[in-house]
Amino acid sequence: MNTSVKELGDLVGRDYKEGFVTDIESDTLPPGLDESVVRFLSANKSEPQFVLDWRLDAFRRWQEMDQPDWAHVHYAPIDYQGISYYSAPKRDEDRPQSLDEVDPKLLETYEKLGIPLEEQKALAGVAVDAVFDSVSVATTFKDKLAKVGVIFCPLSEALINHPDLVRKYLGSVVPATDNFYAALNSAVFTEGSFVYIPKGVRCPMELSTYFRINALNTGQFERTLIVADEGSYVSYLEGCTAPMRDENQLHAAVVELVALKDAEIKYSTVQNWYPGDEEGRGGIYNFVTKRGACRGENAKISWTQVETGSAITWKYPSVLLEGNGSVGEFYSVALTNNCQQADTGTKMIHIGEDTSSTIISKGISAGRGQNAYRGLVKVLKGAKNARNYSQCDSLLMGDRCGAHTFPYVEVKNPTATIEHEASTSKIGEDQLFYCRQRGLAEEDAVSMIVNGFCKEVFRELPMEFAVEAQKLLGISLEGAVG
Amino acid sequence: MLKISDLRVAVDGKTILNGLSLEVGTGEVHAIMGPNGSGKSTLANVVAGRDGYEVLGGTVEFKGKDLLDLDPEVRAHEGVFLAFQYPVEIPGVANIALLKEGLNAARRYRGEPELDALDFLKLVREKIKLVEMKEEFLYRSVNEGFSGGEKKRNEIFQMAMLEPSLSLLDETDSGLDIDALKIVAGGVNSLRSQDRSVILVTHYQRLLDYIVPDYVHVLAEGRIVQSGDKDLALKLEAEGYGWIEESAGAAA
Ligand SMILES: Nc1ncnc2c1ncn2[C@@H]1O[C@H](COP(=O)(O)OP(=O)(O)OP(=O)(O)O)[C@@H](O)[C@H]1O
Ligand SMILES: [Mg+2]
Repeated sequence: MNTSVKELGDLVGRDYKEGFVTDIESDTLPPGLDESVVRFLSANKSEPQFVLDWRLDAFRRWQEMDQPDWAHVHYAPIDYQGISYYSAPKRDEDRPQSLDEVDPKLLETYEKLGIPLEEQKALAGVAVDAVFDSVSVATTFKDKLAKVGVIFCPLSEALINHPDLVRKYLGSVVPATDNFYAALNSAVFTEGSFVYIPKGVRCPMELSTYFRINALNTGQFERTLIVADEGSYVSYLEGCTAPMRDENQLHAAVVELVALKDAEIKYSTVQNWYPGDEEGRGGIYNFVTKRGACRGENAKISWTQVETGSAITWKYPSVLLEGNGSVGEFYSVALTNNCQQADTGTKMIHIGEDTSSTIISKGISAGRGQNAYRGLVKVLKGAKNARNYSQCDSLLMGDRCGAHTFPYVEVKNPTATIEHEASTSKIGEDQLFYCRQRGLAEEDAVSMIVNGFCKEVFRELPMEFAVEAQKLLGISLEGAVG
Repeated sequence: MLKISDLRVAVDGKTILNGLSLEVGTGEVHAIMGPNGSGKSTLANVVAGRDGYEVLGGTVEFKGKDLLDLDPEVRAHEGVFLAFQYPVEIPGVANIALLKEGLNAARRYRGEPELDALDFLKLVREKIKLVEMKEEFLYRSVNEGFSGGEKKRNEIFQMAMLEPSLSLLDETDSGLDIDALKIVAGGVNSLRSQDRSVILVTHYQRLLDYIVPDYVHVLAEGRIVQSGDKDLALKLEAEGYGWIEESAGAAA
């Protein structure tokens, strides 16, 4: 009659609402990767020579690297020659100059995803760069942002219009050869957003990039670069979805953040790539390198992520705390259900004096999901009075899933204060019964308890997206009761 | 209102309730007393629909419906409320959020419109006065960090909000100081009416000074072994359970 905790995992059925495919004509490169592909990608976007050189160097180094195998995830080897490295809606040949020229099918796609691109319909106060497969299809509110000197555009455009600015920072936080996937990305990156906030400017609206993988057998390799000049502030949100397909698709992105003196960057992600089906068929391999540098006194970088999608997630948004008094934060919710695997966490590298970092990680495992937190707190010799607080909580639903915690601490300065708390709990039968006794249906009770568990993270998200994230968890936890 | 006949319940293969029968009429207040471990909480939990109890036989009828057939939330919507002996903590879930969901779910079930934020708050302000609870408790996580007495008060507050037709109070008086006891009793009495019934599980006759029951029962050996009026509670207070167990044993 009732559902026991054991059966709870089954309750967490999934209904991936973004799984449709847009039927649109695309220009897609045949699968395969060699130097000519790298040259094509660069020439196709008329990139300056320095970018091509940088790409080629990364490509050569990548060929000598091995795929990392230390993460707590398992998957069949990826055939990098079986992937297409470029796909773009056909109309891109003469890129749309205004929204009127954008293919109505694309506008419809984003509308369906709840991201209207017409400015009058758009969420008030949010500028959106919409990336479809390998190209940006529209960026909203550009003029309004330009008035205060904020640059928000596709990276390909920035490489042409602001080459010096990009050159100064591109690869300065995540070097081309940082790791296997970062090297691959540096060689073949296509699109992503570029943001520059000038000195003393508080960006007047939320900036947001929405990524959509549509084409079959394509990888998405976007690269995002955000630079906040002295005393500026920006809040940026990244969202992503993909159609349901039986094959795995690779997403290997790089995000670099640079916060100069007294600047603050708040970077939020709601990651909802297709997770694969109940048997573990299909889904996105999400191998992402995200890192920020606090490159000046009292700079602050805050990562907030809600990871509900992808078959495999491998990402560690990190902060290099270089400036004295700089602050790094990492707030994360990672949900794995069915056969999903996540190995995620952060690295906080304390370099300057009086630097502080906070890590709040909430892992939720259901079905046969495997969820690992992997974190490193490193305090270098010169980092006097560094402080870190870490809290890693895991919530298990059912008894076929797993939670794993790998916290690493390296302290080279004795004045550091490091605090770590961890907990693992099962979603309590007594909590569920309590909620149901008060009148909540079982799945509403599950959703409420899980959302409560994630509250410390959700409250870091911009208002509209916090609501979105809660709904998303709700959907991920929706299932057939009774 | 509630009719329990020959109820037999086991937990982990061990029979706890063994042929329990009890009838609670509309508007009546019944007190159930009995030694530790005799099955009082088991009874309350089975009526409310908690998982993990094996019903071996018997029936539980509530307003003419077979209660054992319904999910716990449906029983709640039908008007069954359980004030827990040990209210559970739910981190991150605001007290008021849970209550609003629960209340509106019941209203939907009854085909009534949901209360909007304003009407809901109005109701909250009215009911919270009954239990003299500070408003800050509304926004704190459900029971998290509440003292024992505060948890019990919160149970009564929720009861007042949900206006159930049958309230089961499982040792709501335990751990309360004398002022809190009066407040809790006041909350229950304010709800007392011709169409609401109450079952009080308690160890102390003291509570019954404030909430005067129509009937007092003694649960032992898995059954109601003795029933009477409030004087029975006084006798139990003075003499303990020994004499009942003896006479029950003799009768068997
Ligand atoms: N989940 C369980 N597993 C094993 N035994 C249980 C379980 N729940 C109840 N019992 C046993 O059933 C018996 C009755 O328990 P119950 O909690 O109903 O007693 P009670 O009358 O409420 O006692 P108290 O006055 O101490 O609250 C006890 O012996 C208890 O140990
Ligand atoms: Mg009890």
